[in-house]
Amino acid sequence: MINTLIGDIGHLSVIIAFVAAIVASYAYFMASRSSIDAEAIAKWRRFARVAFYVHSAAVLLVIFALFNIIYEHRYEYYYAWSHSSNHLPVHFMISCFWEGQEGSFLLWIFWHVVLGIVLLNTGKKYKEWEAPVMAMFSFVQLFLTSMILGVVIGDLKIGSSPFILMRDFMPDTPVFAMDPNYKPEDGTGLNPLLQNYWMVIHPPTLFLGFAATLVPFAFAMAGLWKNKFGEWVRPALPWAHFAAVSLGIGTVMGAYWAYETLNFGGYWNWDPVENAVYIPWLVLVGAIHTMVAYRRGKQGLKASYLLIIASFILILYATFLTRSGILGNASVHSFTDLGLSGQLFTYLAVFAVLAVALLIYKWKHIPTTEKELTTYSGEFWIFIGAAVLCLAGFQVLATTSIPVYNSFLGFIGIESNAALPADQIEHYTKFQLWAGVLIAVLTGIGQLIWWRKADKKSFSDAITMPLMLTLLFASLVIILSNKFDVFDFKLDNPVYITLFVTSLFAVFANLSIILSLLHKKVTLSGGAVSHIGIALMLLGILFSSGYSNIISGNTSGMLYSREFPDEINRDNVLLWRNTTTDMDKYSVSYRGQFLEVEGVPEYVNKEILFRTADEYTAIARADIKVNDKLYFKTGDTLELPTPENTYYQVEYKNRETQEAFVLYPRAQVNPNMGLLASPDIKASVTKDLYTHVSSVPDPNEEKEWSELQEYTVTMGDTIILNDYVAIFNGVEVIKEVPGVPLKEGDVAVQADMKIMGEKKTYHAHPLLIFKEGMAGYYPEIIEDLGLRITFLNVDPTKEEFKIGVNTTQKDYIILKAMEKPFVSILWIGTIVMSIGFIMAITRRNQEGGSSNKPKAKHARKAEKAQVA
Amino acid sequence: MKKSHIIGIVIIAAAIMIIMSTAGDASTYVDFGQAKELAEDGSKTKVHVVGRLKKDAQGHIVGMKYDPLVDPNYFSFMLVDTNRVEQQVVYFNPKPQDFERSEQVVITGSMQNEVFVADKILLKCPSKYVEKEVQQTTAGL
Repeated sequence: MINTLIGDIGHLSVIIAFVAAIVASYAYFMASRSSIDAEAIAKWRRFARVAFYVHSAAVLLVIFALFNIIYEHRYEYYYAWSHSSNHLPVHFMISCFWEGQEGSFLLWIFWHVVLGIVLLNTGKKYKEWEAPVMAMFSFVQLFLTSMILGVVIGDLKIGSSPFILMRDFMPDTPVFAMDPNYKPEDGTGLNPLLQNYWMVIHPPTLFLGFAATLVPFAFAMAGLWKNKFGEWVRPALPWAHFAAVSLGIGTVMGAYWAYETLNFGGYWNWDPVENAVYIPWLVLVGAIHTMVAYRRGKQGLKASYLLIIASFILILYATFLTRSGILGNASVHSFTDLGLSGQLFTYLAVFAVLAVALLIYKWKHIPTTEKELTTYSGEFWIFIGAAVLCLAGFQVLATTSIPVYNSFLGFIGIESNAALPADQIEHYTKFQLWAGVLIAVLTGIGQLIWWRKADKKSFSDAITMPLMLTLLFASLVIILSNKFDVFDFKLDNPVYITLFVTSLFAVFANLSIILSLLHKKVTLSGGAVSHIGIALMLLGILFSSGYSNIISGNTSGMLYSREFPDEINRDNVLLWRNTTTDMDKYSVSYRGQFLEVEGVPEYVNKEILFRTADEYTAIARADIKVNDKLYFKTGDTLELPTPENTYYQVEYKNRETQEAFVLYPRAQVNPNMGLLASPDIKASVTKDLYTHVSSVPDPNEEKEWSELQEYTVTMGDTIILNDYVAIFNGVEVIKEVPGVPLKEGDVAVQADMKIMGEKKTYHAHPLLIFKEGMAGYYPEIIEDLGLRITFLNVDPTKEEFKIGVNTTQKDYIILKAMEKPFVSILWIGTIVMSIGFIMAITRRNQEGGSSNKPKAKHARKAEKAQVA
Repeated sequence: MKKSHIIGIVIIAAAIMIIMSTAGDASTYVDFGQAKELAEDGSKTKVHVVGRLKKDAQGHIVGMKYDPLVDPNYFSFMLVDTNRVEQQVVYFNPKPQDFERSEQVVITGSMQNEVFVADKILLKCPSKYVEKEVQQTTAGL
């Protein structure tokens, strides 16, 4: 029976949430007016709070309803059917919750609710901010909840509801005409690429960052609106840090997921969807810098307004880009158009117009200082740094928006066929690399001047040590790598050398800051720590991308007589099963197909698993041991958590050191998406060996077997099968056959054969079952040898047995392998950067959160903190 | 002149440079006829071509060549552009995994003699990242 109640609860809650958001925005707007008296303000505020709490409760109910639909496998709902399936473990149910557009909007809405409630309850010191800030929050929520409203008025569709029933989504499907209460047995499942633990935590982190950008934006807008031009910076600054660190960590998690799961061979692809988050992050980090400058030197308020507003608008623009379908031809992983592009554009346009208009209207009143920037002031370098960040963001923005120019020109009647650059990596790198160089230099110099409050003399004192260390260390690495071959890379490209030297300088300069702050107050060193993180990330990117080396080049020496064989890189190598091939410094062999078995710490060879009709269970055909520990005995029933994933065992052996290791790149055949491959990575401190299968024979395609060849044998006979020696040991009657129920009178006979392969001896046990007078054949396939052996007949009088043999092509995989030096430094740098951000949040929160009453006292305190 | 004005001018100059460079690097969507003309003019720039795969009545792709046993790095197929011009395309990499299920294909590369050498293939599968088709389960009822 289909359950329409839960969907109705969900849909009703969406409507309540939407209406409550309207009420809350209106009430908070009324509470923000300065023309009414304090009592009226308090009344409106109380009312608004109730409305926001109602909104929050409704949102939680929506989430509960949608998760219940997924968790209880209610496939009468389209959302559950199209994103979930019966065998999905709970943690992946969570990720299928936000696989769809509607669910990811809900995630975003949810974080706004959380942040809103936090602001309501901790912002008591900033009571006068509550009404205008929360008015902005509620206004944003109004737009976001409208995206999942699912209301159709005439031709106008507002939002796309996650609670739509299958029968309403596809009313033309014949089954619903026969039985309107029909409910599918199973869902179509979660996109296999998303079945990864990073996909459980990456989207919430990223959306937390998305949501958190609203806080500084709302404070900035409130500052403009209430003519409190400078005061908003203090409460907004820790939030800006928080948004930047969430966005940053979320983005890197996505990069790490791509590195681990997708086979494009890297962590960053300059895909528009990736760029869409990178751009606002850069601008937001720029904004943090101008805000910090304003907090100390009262300079840069206008710039802070501009950048905070820009970062929020860019978040909305990113949402528009990835969800409107406008990137259709440019990106592989943007969402498809749900018919919401108009609504998304409205959302973007309303806030862009509102913010820009307000900013222009109040621009003249924003205080500026007449103080001239001097070269030896920290603020000067901060502004240059922010400018570089914004220009870097602008460059990515200008290119990523090419599909938008096409649409826009098409909209006004001009035909345009511009496409993204053919070589995107080259295009972006030529700017981003130099931006990286500049940022590295600026973090070093900027931090030194900032903390020394220097004149020329004390600055040159401060910079001497880091500069000397940098030159010493850099020249050591350059000489060792070029002359003495100590490393796997040769640092001889002048551009790479520049980035290397400047990043090193950034590390040493910021280290010296931390060392000097150790004596004073270490909590102040958040900036220096995150700058070291950034410099480490730059180093990691430089080595892993600049010196990435494909080692699976085709060395077969085969002559190619086709089109243009010369300058083409032949990056993939074909590996026959159990045949060793030389690849770079390794001897590589492909050893067979493996599966994941519940409760066994290693993958298990497919050959000892007897598959049953239920693809999630199998029966062990031999004892399953790992390191002499027995996990399952022959005949045990096993659970296969991911039967769709095949792991290809590839053994590497270093020919010089004799060191051997095994990798399991995986692939799966997905009915919706074809063959999907994921790499396996051998990580070490200095480099990652990255391996993935580029192609495998399609497991769904029937193998082509040779014609059946019959042999008549007696016990102990030796025959030659497909060039292998085989011995027929005999037959035995067996009582039990896994997976086949035997009744009385049925007879099962099993032949026992031994076949000598190149590396090991195989045992084949083809079965012959006589059941109710019929003969059933259960042939044995030895994939390693490309053999299928069928037990055909028994002649008890002559003690002769008949077996049939088919042969086939041996199994193979096509492999691509590359080495990526020092990827680890990129991940370490990310962690260091995040630690720095968290230190800064703590510090800014303390100074921002301390008492607000006597202004002078507060200022003195802040000053003390800096001097102390 | 104030220092902030100089900074402003430098920023504007950099922004203009970025725009010019973007315009210079931007590729174009063309058909095979234009791609040929470009190649004949000696232009080495890479272009995008949007096309459909040629399929027979049974829905099998016509003219696809990939034999990994001979050469895992050679894949060739026929693409029909929007003007219904057919062109052989060569891709010196293994066959993209879900190639057979795709309908629309965007390729990046350039004409070299009689063939289009692609260095990137973007598949638009009807089902990829898209709501799955309804027939999937109803067919099995």
